[in-house]
Amino acid sequence: MEFTLKTFIFYGFALMTVASALLVVTVRNIVHAAFSLMVTLFGVAGLYVFLQADFLAATQVIVYVGGILVLILFGVMMTSGRLEMRIHIERGQLLLGGAVALALFMLLLTVIANTPAWKNRIDDGTALPPTTEKIGELILNGPFLLPFEVVSVLLLVALIGAALISRKEVRD
Amino acid sequence: MSDFRAMFSGFPDFNISEGFFPNINLQEKLNWAEEFIQNILIPRLPEGVAAHFPVELGTMLVMFACAGIFVAVVPLLPLVLVLAERKVAARFQNRTGPMRVGPWGTLQTLADGIKLIFKEDFIPPQGDKLLFLLAPYVIFACSFAVFAAIPFSQNILVSDFNIGIFYIMAISSVIVMGVIMAGWSSNSKWSLLGSLRSAAQIVSYEIPLGLSILTVVMLVESLSMTEIVASQSNGVFSWLIFRTPFTFIAFFIFFISAIAEVNRTPFDLPEAESEIVAGFHTEYSGMRFALFFIAEYANMFAVSAIAVTLFLGGWEGALPGFDILGGMPGFVIKTLGLVFLMMWLRWTLPRLRVDQLMNLCWKYFIPIAFFNILGTGIWGLIFPEDTLVSIIISCAIIYSGLIAAYAIAGRVMAQKPAPQPSSI
Repeated sequence: MEFTLKTFIFYGFALMTVASALLVVTVRNIVHAAFSLMVTLFGVAGLYVFLQADFLAATQVIVYVGGILVLILFGVMMTSGRLEMRIHIERGQLLLGGAVALALFMLLLTVIANTPAWKNRIDDGTALPPTTEKIGELILNGPFLLPFEVVSVLLLVALIGAALISRKEVRD
Repeated sequence: MSDFRAMFSGFPDFNISEGFFPNINLQEKLNWAEEFIQNILIPRLPEGVAAHFPVELGTMLVMFACAGIFVAVVPLLPLVLVLAERKVAARFQNRTGPMRVGPWGTLQTLADGIKLIFKEDFIPPQGDKLLFLLAPYVIFACSFAVFAAIPFSQNILVSDFNIGIFYIMAISSVIVMGVIMAGWSSNSKWSLLGSLRSAAQIVSYEIPLGLSILTVVMLVESLSMTEIVASQSNGVFSWLIFRTPFTFIAFFIFFISAIAEVNRTPFDLPEAESEIVAGFHTEYSGMRFALFFIAEYANMFAVSAIAVTLFLGGWEGALPGFDILGGMPGFVIKTLGLVFLMMWLRWTLPRLRVDQLMNLCWKYFIPIAFFNILGTGIWGLIFPEDTLVSIIISCAIIYSGLIAAYAIAGRVMAQKPAPQPSSI
């Protein structure tokens, strides 16, 4: 296999993703786990770029790193003590978690192996067209219009629910 | 080796001379570096060396060198801006500002920088050392990665991303992670309070910011920064700020939210000196503090540059056919104008309270921004193409709206202010 710059960067991203994902589950300090999750999400965004999914890569960063991870950290910092945020891992949890992870891994491998579009894809160096326009067409002018609207209504309901729960008059 | 290759046959084939980052136009730059090595460097080398010259590695080194130049040049901006800020502040307060180092104090920032390098690099012993050391780099790297997508002129841009403005939003949303990192790892109340305030503020103001960017994207029908600039190439009235009345409102929402995003007065609650010392970077000293400082001023320049690109024509000139306010100089002048506006606001307005800050965002900016999106959509249906008529109508609406706003503001200010509730 030709070892080129692209290979180098790809394996860099892959290593980054896997190593930091391992850190997320092994590290004892919950805040450290959250920050290594940031590196994992970045690595996954990098892999999306290699799969020619530019829009998805940016969405990954903006939604997961800029939104969800910030909320996780907010929750951790506001609820527990300062530097003593340690997690206990018992052996039973470890086994169960390992089994679930292994099952998920096997499932994903099967899916990857049986996806014809990936198997038959020959990279002749031509770049695929940008994905943004296609995604927009599919969501707003195509088969995914209904799911998109259903999801947006669901999110709206969640938003109103959150506002309702956090209101003072209701809580008192 | 062939088995190994077959194993990965499903993956894209990594060959540099073919497609590198597919949708991101980095390839031209890479090809440029590779051509430089192939055509210029190798013929000049002795034959024995040339035969084994690692072109791949060389290309990468050229890339790193370019990035290095970039990272070395951009901090010069803060060097100028910090001095400018102090001079502007002095002018506003009827002082002279720094006058001792160099003529009119022009070398003051350089002296301060040298001083900061030689200062003690203090790490709080009770804090989280690893995260404390990493945090400045996260903020610094994200602030600088934003510059990669900003077109300074037709040819001076690092990369013409297809998802340009979206990339900028994504990268700048990571800065808040660095802020939380710094605040938490310092093990100090001031730092933690500052970082929580900053995170709440940045996450809130990202929404009106993104929504007002969306109005522009709706009109241009592209996320690419170069295409956004290209759509404003017919002089000052084709700039997106004047294109519809809604983008005119969107510009102000964008700019005010951007000031909140970079934590400057009147939105500087995360670093409010009178309450929480210096916010999330209270415990930092020496060069690490300088990194925060450089990142802050680089951010200031970056958001102004984005505002210019999105609303004020980017590097396109003010008159079609004439090179007034065009090209790189025009772009920089426009951007520095907005930076000056930020400084002006900083030394004019007092700081907001927390409840005022959140009210402004959630009760005013977000509804107005949504109204803008609706309005832009309707405008796009009525005027699918930009014609003289649409621009005249738009400018007439903006003009009458400004006059109405002036009249209403005058009437409101003449009234006695209602007593403020002291909830916080």
